[in-house]
Amino acid sequence: MNLNLWNNNMMMNDVPTPWGMFFQDSATPNMEGMMELHNNMMFYLVLMLTFVSYMLYTMMYNYSNATMVHKYMNHGQLMEMVWTTLPAVMLLMMAFPSFMLLYLCDEVMSPAMTIKAMGLQWYWKYEYSDFMNDDGEMVEFESYVMPEELLEDGQLRLLDVDASVVVPVDTHIRFMVSSADVIHDFCVPALGVKVDASPGRLNQTSALIQREGVYYGQCSELCGVMHSAMPMKMEAVSLYEFMNWLDEQ
Amino acid sequence: MSENIELKTVGFDARFPQQNQTKHCYQSYLDYHKCITVKGEDFAPCKVFWKTYNSLCPSAWVEEWDEQREKGIFPGNLKV
Repeated sequence: MNLNLWNNNMMMNDVPTPWGMFFQDSATPNMEGMMELHNNMMFYLVLMLTFVSYMLYTMMYNYSNATMVHKYMNHGQLMEMVWTTLPAVMLLMMAFPSFMLLYLCDEVMSPAMTIKAMGLQWYWKYEYSDFMNDDGEMVEFESYVMPEELLEDGQLRLLDVDASVVVPVDTHIRFMVSSADVIHDFCVPALGVKVDASPGRLNQTSALIQREGVYYGQCSELCGVMHSAMPMKMEAVSLYEFMNWLDEQ
Repeated sequence: MSENIELKTVGFDARFPQQNQTKHCYQSYLDYHKCITVKGEDFAPCKVFWKTYNSLCPSAWVEEWDEQREKGIFPGNLKV
């Protein structure tokens, strides 16, 4: 068992690791923002936790045998003002970056490419419709999980697929996610993408992948028996390699 | 190879600013067919709608709607 707690900065992990406690390393500005927000919020949480624990500790150990008990105390104007405004201020400080990130992530202004992901039971079907050859055919393929018997050495169980989604780096990609039967969820944590795939509904999200690599994700909405066995694998490659891959399809 | 490859796709449409783009896809499909009914299939600007709905709509939906149109059971309003 390899406790990866202290080695997290040794390699970029874009895949769930055993005993992993933190986020996967970010590869898009959205995910970077989320990590930043998380760290920001954590400061306020730790502050509040420390303060409350200190209060509790003080009450229990220093005042447990107090002889003077203020049993007729009804008001405490100043204290009440303080313990109302201070949390309100703290909430405000937490709300600003949170809302900013929320609306920033929702903005899909000018993507360079659209990729459709249809969830079916229990696989994904990807379509790249911006590229059409002369016969009017688009790039369309299905992506099934690699069955355990066919896994080669080094491949990840229930994470590797037979056909991965190849995307170019530094390209603003819009994902259109829908489903053909039940609700699924297209999720790639390293890219900060998690969007429900509902039947009859077309959800939009975007990502701008900043570094080349392979990113894994798993279906995040219970969709039947094989819900744990419909992962997604994205390979971010240079634009040139992407065009070559497209030509091969 | 250092040519500048330009990737183009459907941009932002202010009529559909949110995450739910179902109407965007459906409306483009309707608009394309209304456009070719009025202007004919060779009218180039109609292609904009064609590109939009092809990029956004899942192919399963497009095939289903095409079939429905052929059979005359398409539920949308394609009258101009």
